[in-house]
Amino acid sequence: MRVAEAWRVALDALRANRLRSALTMLGVIIGVASVVLLVAIGTGTKQKVEQQVEGLGSNLLLVVPGRIEVGTAPVVSPLTLKDVDAVTRVVGDPDRVAVTIASGATARAGARTDFTTVQGVLETTPAVFTRSLARGRYLTGTDVDTSRRVAVLGDSVARALFPDRDPLGQQVTLAGVRFRVIGVFAPLGQSLGVDRDDEVHVPVTAAQRLWGTQRVDGIAVKAPDRERIDELGERIVAELNRRHPDTEFSAVTQQQILGVLGDILGVLTGVLAAIAGISLLVGGVGVSNIMLVSVRERTREIGLRKAVGARPRDIGVQFLLEAVLLTTIGGLTGMALGVGTALLVDALSPIPAAITWWSLALAFGVSAAVGIVFGVVPAQRAGRLDPVVALRAE
Amino acid sequence: MTASPPAIEAVDVSRTYQLDGVSVEALRGVSLTVQPGDYVALVGPSGSGKSTLMHLLGGLDRPTGGRLVIGGRDVNALSPPEMATLRNETIGFVFQAFHLLPRTSAVENVALPLVYRGVSARQRRERAAAMLGRVGLGHRLGHRPNQMSGGEQQRVAIARALVTEPTVLLADEPTGNLDSVTGAAVLELLERLNAESGVALVMVTHDQEVAARARRRITMRDGVVVADSATDDGTAHLHDRPLSVDHGRPATLVPAPSAEPRSVSGSGPGHPSGGSGGAAGATGRLPHPPDRGPGSEDADAATGDGSDS
Repeated sequence: MRVAEAWRVALDALRANRLRSALTMLGVIIGVASVVLLVAIGTGTKQKVEQQVEGLGSNLLLVVPGRIEVGTAPVVSPLTLKDVDAVTRVVGDPDRVAVTIASGATARAGARTDFTTVQGVLETTPAVFTRSLARGRYLTGTDVDTSRRVAVLGDSVARALFPDRDPLGQQVTLAGVRFRVIGVFAPLGQSLGVDRDDEVHVPVTAAQRLWGTQRVDGIAVKAPDRERIDELGERIVAELNRRHPDTEFSAVTQQQILGVLGDILGVLTGVLAAIAGISLLVGGVGVSNIMLVSVRERTREIGLRKAVGARPRDIGVQFLLEAVLLTTIGGLTGMALGVGTALLVDALSPIPAAITWWSLALAFGVSAAVGIVFGVVPAQRAGRLDPVVALRAE
Repeated sequence: MTASPPAIEAVDVSRTYQLDGVSVEALRGVSLTVQPGDYVALVGPSGSGKSTLMHLLGGLDRPTGGRLVIGGRDVNALSPPEMATLRNETIGFVFQAFHLLPRTSAVENVALPLVYRGVSARQRRERAAAMLGRVGLGHRLGHRPNQMSGGEQQRVAIARALVTEPTVLLADEPTGNLDSVTGAAVLELLERLNAESGVALVMVTHDQEVAARARRRITMRDGVVVADSATDDGTAHLHDRPLSVDHGRPATLVPAPSAEPRSVSGSGPGHPSGGSGGAAGATGRLPHPPDRGPGSEDADAATGDGSDS
């Protein structure tokens, strides 16, 4: 009963000072909205990166020369197709091993040109990485064995070179050598600002001939199951170290990549949320300030309520509820604003944003907590007012 | 001899304030008893301690010395929440400035004390509406203070004070903000409620005419009671004399007997103390219906709660 009265009185007090209440809430609204928005952007980015890493295929093991460390210069690969054969023997299944040798090159078809990445690969690539074709066929074992000059175009390359005709069967010149188009990849889209459809796959043997080399840049292995992936990586690295004692090799899994990226993005999200949290804090100070004003303004009312039997707690609860109402109404509005902005950002900009329930629950909880924390001092002050003094107040 | 327990009992009560390190003795040993159904006027010059005494009697404040028992409970033994409950249950306040909540209807203002008693919303409304009916505002339930005249606002405040059925109604200059006609009406209302419901009425007033209507008058000066028509015997007028000088009134006020004889049964009506000026004389005659039972008669000698029977 008394609590119901306290709610009614608190609402009434907010209504009586609409503009002031709205301005006070604005601080909380902005704070909560920025927390929701920035957490959404952080979460969205993380999710997108995870999707892309996982989208490469499952149980992937990437083997490259050198160390995978920030600040380490890339190593010129000593790997050749013989090493790939050795790795295949370790793995025991040629279909699970893919290679790459990549270089930028100008692709030309008729008068049109497009600077793109040419990848020399084995026919196993679509099985190891998750890639699918929109048209035509992929490379075959025969294409690789015979160094046949055939090419599979990424979606962007196909559009750039053949905007108005079917690329299948057409000639395309890569680094001055003519290849025949046998297939076009299904589009993958952008990833962190990189166009993943801007590539051309050719047989690794043809690519090596194109650039006059025997090397391959890296080997990718699709492990049969997740449990033995680390052990398999160690065996592959051991075999390669045996064959090339002067070079170090690294094998990394998707989980390791995800772990590192996830840590970085997690810290980033936390920092963003903390910055937004500061504005929420400032909003809370505003609430505290306005509550002190409210207590002073209504000193006589407090005195009267005490005279007719309100206990200190009744008065305290009344003002605390007023503060909590300010911040929770502000918090809900801020959540709506944050969610709306996040959806807009996600839809209209390349920045991904994902709303998570926990971030909304957190934002609401924090705004209610802000109300309690910043309302408690004014509420206590109101509750402790001496009724005699309060009744005399102007 | 079935004297009912006093509504309020103060024994040698003092109240000292600390103002910037200086002790100010607002009350210096006040003893008095308010009986159920009493009608007391508390008079005295400004700074005499009337207001301090009212706050103490109403449980809004605590004495710094002495013993104060309200509704059978020793105030010094009560925590602030218990004091709040005590106020809610035993005391009704009427203030000079009405102290109604703005933006709140008459019926909600009257129901306010019931909120802190945990009465359901519906019952609150019913009881508040009934109380407003008793003060003649049954047609004004939904009006807000700013839609009512001063007299109406004070009636609302009176209804609020009585809706809890307290034993004591403390009125601090209840007619101070009202014109004389409205004030007289409010005073009559208070007297009628005092007579009808038996609530003790303790009223601070500067107005001698108002004070003269009370059945008992307590005069204060410099933090002490200098005259109490209930306890004073024939010597009361000795204390009263300086008062009349204070107020620049002629000796006509001397008739402390005007209140006095009425407590000494029978002699009162005989000489309606008329001397003390027109209005006072007239109101003095206000025939209070024989209030309370004969029980209070026993207390007459001690408390002056005499009826004119």
